[in-house]
Amino acid sequence: MQQGGNRQTEKLLLQRSVPGRVGVVLPGLDVPAQPMPANSLLRNELALPELSEPEVVQYFTGLSLKNFSIDTHFYPLGSCTMKYNPKINDEIAFQAGFAGIHPLQPVEQSQGALELLYKLQGFLGEITGLPAVSLATLAGAHGELGGMLMIRAQHLANGETGRLKVAIPDSAHGTNPASAAMAGFEVVELASDNDGNVDLGALRSVAGPDLAGVMITLPSTLGLFDTNILEVCRIVHEAGGLVYGDGANMNALLGRVKLGDLGFDVCHLNLHKTFSTPHGGGGPGAGPVCCTEQLAPYLAAPMVTQNGDSYDLFTPEKSIGKLSGFHGNFGVLVRAYTYIRTLGDAGIKSISGNAVLSANYMMNALRGVYHLPYDRTCMHEAVFSADFQKERGSSGLEIAKRLLDYGFHAPTMYFPLIVHEALMIEPTESETKETIDAFIQALIDIDREVTEDTELVNNAPHTTPVARLDEAKAARQPDLRWQPEAAD
Amino acid sequence: MTATRPNTSGTNEEHFQSHYIPSTMDEQAAMLAALGIDSIDQLFTDIPDEFRNPILNLPAPLSELEIQQGLGQMAGKNRPLSSGPSFLGAGSYHHFIPSIVKALITRGEFLTAYTPYQAEASQGTLQVIYEFQTLICNLYGMEVANAGMYDGATSLAEATLMACRVTKREKVVLADTISPAYIDVIRTYCQSQDIAVEVVDPSNPALDNETACLVLQYPNYYGYIEDQKKLVDAAHAQGALAVVSCDPTAMGMLQTPGHYGADIVTGDGQPLGIPTSYGGPYVGLFAAKQEFIRQMPSRLSGRTLDKNGKTGYVLTLQTREQHIRRERATSNICTNEALYALAATIYLAALGKQGMRQVAELCYHKAHYAAAQIGQLPGYSLPINGPFFQEFVVQCPASPTEINKKLMDRNILGGLDVSEKVPNGMLLCVTEMNSKEDIDALVAALSEIK
Repeated sequence: MQQGGNRQTEKLLLQRSVPGRVGVVLPGLDVPAQPMPANSLLRNELALPELSEPEVVQYFTGLSLKNFSIDTHFYPLGSCTMKYNPKINDEIAFQAGFAGIHPLQPVEQSQGALELLYKLQGFLGEITGLPAVSLATLAGAHGELGGMLMIRAQHLANGETGRLKVAIPDSAHGTNPASAAMAGFEVVELASDNDGNVDLGALRSVAGPDLAGVMITLPSTLGLFDTNILEVCRIVHEAGGLVYGDGANMNALLGRVKLGDLGFDVCHLNLHKTFSTPHGGGGPGAGPVCCTEQLAPYLAAPMVTQNGDSYDLFTPEKSIGKLSGFHGNFGVLVRAYTYIRTLGDAGIKSISGNAVLSANYMMNALRGVYHLPYDRTCMHEAVFSADFQKERGSSGLEIAKRLLDYGFHAPTMYFPLIVHEALMIEPTESETKETIDAFIQALIDIDREVTEDTELVNNAPHTTPVARLDEAKAARQPDLRWQPEAAD
Repeated sequence: MTATRPNTSGTNEEHFQSHYIPSTMDEQAAMLAALGIDSIDQLFTDIPDEFRNPILNLPAPLSELEIQQGLGQMAGKNRPLSSGPSFLGAGSYHHFIPSIVKALITRGEFLTAYTPYQAEASQGTLQVIYEFQTLICNLYGMEVANAGMYDGATSLAEATLMACRVTKREKVVLADTISPAYIDVIRTYCQSQDIAVEVVDPSNPALDNETACLVLQYPNYYGYIEDQKKLVDAAHAQGALAVVSCDPTAMGMLQTPGHYGADIVTGDGQPLGIPTSYGGPYVGLFAAKQEFIRQMPSRLSGRTLDKNGKTGYVLTLQTREQHIRRERATSNICTNEALYALAATIYLAALGKQGMRQVAELCYHKAHYAAAQIGQLPGYSLPINGPFFQEFVVQCPASPTEINKKLMDRNILGGLDVSEKVPNGMLLCVTEMNSKEDIDALVAALSEIK
């Protein structure tokens, strides 16, 4: 990969700083100078860099070239849905009429924004079969917190103060138990059965009067559609609990099935996965919450309603309250709306079809080369184990790092936790068959390298801006900011 | 849009050739043949038959040209701040954004990368986070900062939860001069954890030895600068932490919360190069004293060495986080607002030492000029005494909401109606974006509206 052209990036901003340089010229003061506050209220030093504009542009451009990204590399990071992020979505969101409006301006001056949000609520309700939608939550985990607070609020409103347990499969994302705990619940882990489905016996054993609900990811993080799902929902409902859906893997199900039809009561969506909004190196995301009419009064504020020809914000009757400063990650919501309008009914279903086809095609080509702990039709991603390779001396980590040398981003490693040496691979619908074939060949070549040159694999990567990093040192002696006295 | 044609592979599905999805019908057929099946629908038979392939009531696809036109019209129904003099702040601020910010954050290498879990393939993002942590520490006068939270409100709410963990106490006390929206979000976060939330007058806050923290805003929601030292000391006297939500723009001139001894400092990074964008995405700032580092939420980037001795960066102290610690994590946060932490870092690098001071002083002088003019108008007054930064409250002769409508008739966006706090109170914000001409137009308009 390129490494920053000849613009060096080793020195940090404050090390580059030269007294007297400026990066921005601002207008002069055009009003009479006013009396300054007491000196004791003013700071003396301000340790920020002094750099000219070209230096800033060159430094950050150089840094950007040290990243893998969807635009530069195939990025089959399982459970993250690293699909193409359309450029038109950014262009629409950056228009002054969207990016340049203030969240507190009167609703008469933001009718276009409210119309977009109102229609997006409707689209997401239609896609999930859960018709009531709040867009106010800012990421997937934030949506989980909102959804679990709603479940808690409904039980309390019904006088069910003893429903304190939430059951979560052992394959779940770490955010699920963390969100349930933040919402005040005790977490009970549910085993998976030999087919990768929720173990119904385990579920029945916790489905009692203290069960608040379950959190289910569908398809599961094993990339599998849980064939017991109707039974799971029935058992939970009969015990008086509610079913929460983690929508992280919704790319597999778009237009194929609606969570509401299956019996889910509330779910979140990850617009930064399924609906193509860029991850930005770790955010922003958006995690809208969709629910049944029964749970609708509890949704997070604000929501958008239509009154005749105009739109307005409102707080649901029994709302859990506000979870963010304003109305949600509007710029992300604009991008998702643009994506849904571009693809439309036919295109939305084409996403899931092509994503699932590509994943199965890849899984089939690698069957036998890499161990498949759950060998059945997968959904949008396939979870392999590097057990075969580990016997010959290379772990999943080493294979993942070696893939970087082939110019592919690594799969998700060591997750889900119930698969030994897990390699979770999600190709998405936006990659060509040629790319997927090249990736398959790379994994076959690496398998051969494990036998022929284990050291080559185990010392990878060899071509990235840095080699394998000392994570133990980073944690033992945390160096989290640059200080002039520190040794460089 | 008629990009559909019949699927010849024997299914009930129409083939749709989207410009975002490369596979052609022939390529699909080749992949299906490799799997020994003849339709995509056969991959979905684990879904119960009665619910598979539901009717999907969405609009038909649109071309990019239609999208540009349709969404351009929708955007045209909104009034952007740039379309006329605007004096609305209250937690979201209209500041100048150098063009390099957008140019750099829209580089695909930054924009379309994931969270930097594979460090060797993410050195750009990881070094940016380390720079961000450094500059936020310096801005606030604090020892450690994380990679960012969702926004100013959630950042402050997480700070209150952290203060409870640190002190092992379960009551948080909020000054009634912090943002009402922030108070609401703190209540939502605390409601399920049996944490009591009290709202008090900061001129005489009732604290006791069960108080986990005193929460302040600096400058406060109404723009004014409270006695930080006195309040921080009052918290410490009871063994409570001092938690301060701080406007980063004000740090171009005002003394830092760190100087006054604050334990946790949060803020909304929006003023640092991020558009108001109807309320998001922004980035939450979060800094603390070193001793509390293991109780901090969200990611941290640390500097280390690779196996050849070369400097590099990794996510570190991850045992605090949900993907390792699950239900015992310090927070459930995973995806944060990394792209806007990048925007803030670029902004701080470009504005730098001199630019940040200039912006702060422009806001200060213009706001004080505006306040002095308005305060002299018959019927208008400045009911709150004390130093302020770029926002101030004006007591109006009539309902601020009604006055705002008359201002909008002159294409001036007025301030926020804060009548619930100050009778007929209007919270006005003046930044470097407001010229003297804008301010004089506001003053002239108010003098005519009574």
